[in-house]
Amino acid sequence: MSLEPDVVTVNVTSEIDAAEARQEARRLALRHGFTTVRAHGLATAVSELAMNLVLHTDRGGLIRLTAQDATGAAVIELVAEDNGPGIPDLALAMEDGFSTRGGLGCGLPGTRRLVDTFAITSRVGEGTRIVCLVRRP
Amino acid sequence: MRVPILRLGRVLLTSLPADLTDQQVMDLQIDALALIQAGKADGLVIDITAADVVDSYMARILSETAKMVKIMGGVAVLAGMQPAVALTLVEMGRGMIDMETAFDLEGGVAKVARMVASRGGRHDEVPTT
Repeated sequence: MSLEPDVVTVNVTSEIDAAEARQEARRLALRHGFTTVRAHGLATAVSELAMNLVLHTDRGGLIRLTAQDATGAAVIELVAEDNGPGIPDLALAMEDGFSTRGGLGCGLPGTRRLVDTFAITSRVGEGTRIVCLVRRP
Repeated sequence: MRVPILRLGRVLLTSLPADLTDQQVMDLQIDALALIQAGKADGLVIDITAADVVDSYMARILSETAKMVKIMGGVAVLAGMQPAVALTLVEMGRGMIDMETAFDLEGGVAKVARMVASRGGRHDEVPTT
């Protein structure tokens, strides 16, 4: 058990970066004692948010993962932030089946179901910031 | 680099890499549809053993490809899904994958053959009496 937080940051502008981000996420989760299934869930959440950065912003954004161990437990914080166009209607974006580019419309609501805590803030013309927490056990 | 498509009898086989790009997806769809249209195959098995993650984008791509193959008159089957991928897809929500599935490549090939046989061969075949 380490006292220092374990931080991984990936600048995401392309699909290749998104692939790197989700691989880093899986490695980080396994390193901190998460099960394979939980690690895979986190990797999928990272993939969703990273692909949003690639597809919905011009200059991409940042994925930052921070793991912190505790006695018999651990928590990973996932932050995705960008200076992109922002989301005009957050409630609508969180609805199942809503998509602005012909997708399945389950990226954000699906991500919310994969993590323990999900928070999103967004301002039109300024950007979007999403913070998720995943805990073990 | 294009994703290779192999032909086994009248079934096309393809295995998706972990880091699939949009361009590779489009090329794959065009290549598979061209082979089916040319009468070289009845169906397509997409193996996702190597895919570390199936997110909603990948799920859309897979379902779309299956739909394209279907409206061309062929059949498409998804094979090789890892247990963690299945668990995550169910957790994320309903209707993520809208296509036929099989445990592995072998099962996928068998399923394509069965589906083609059950509807009486290719869509453009004239039945012989």
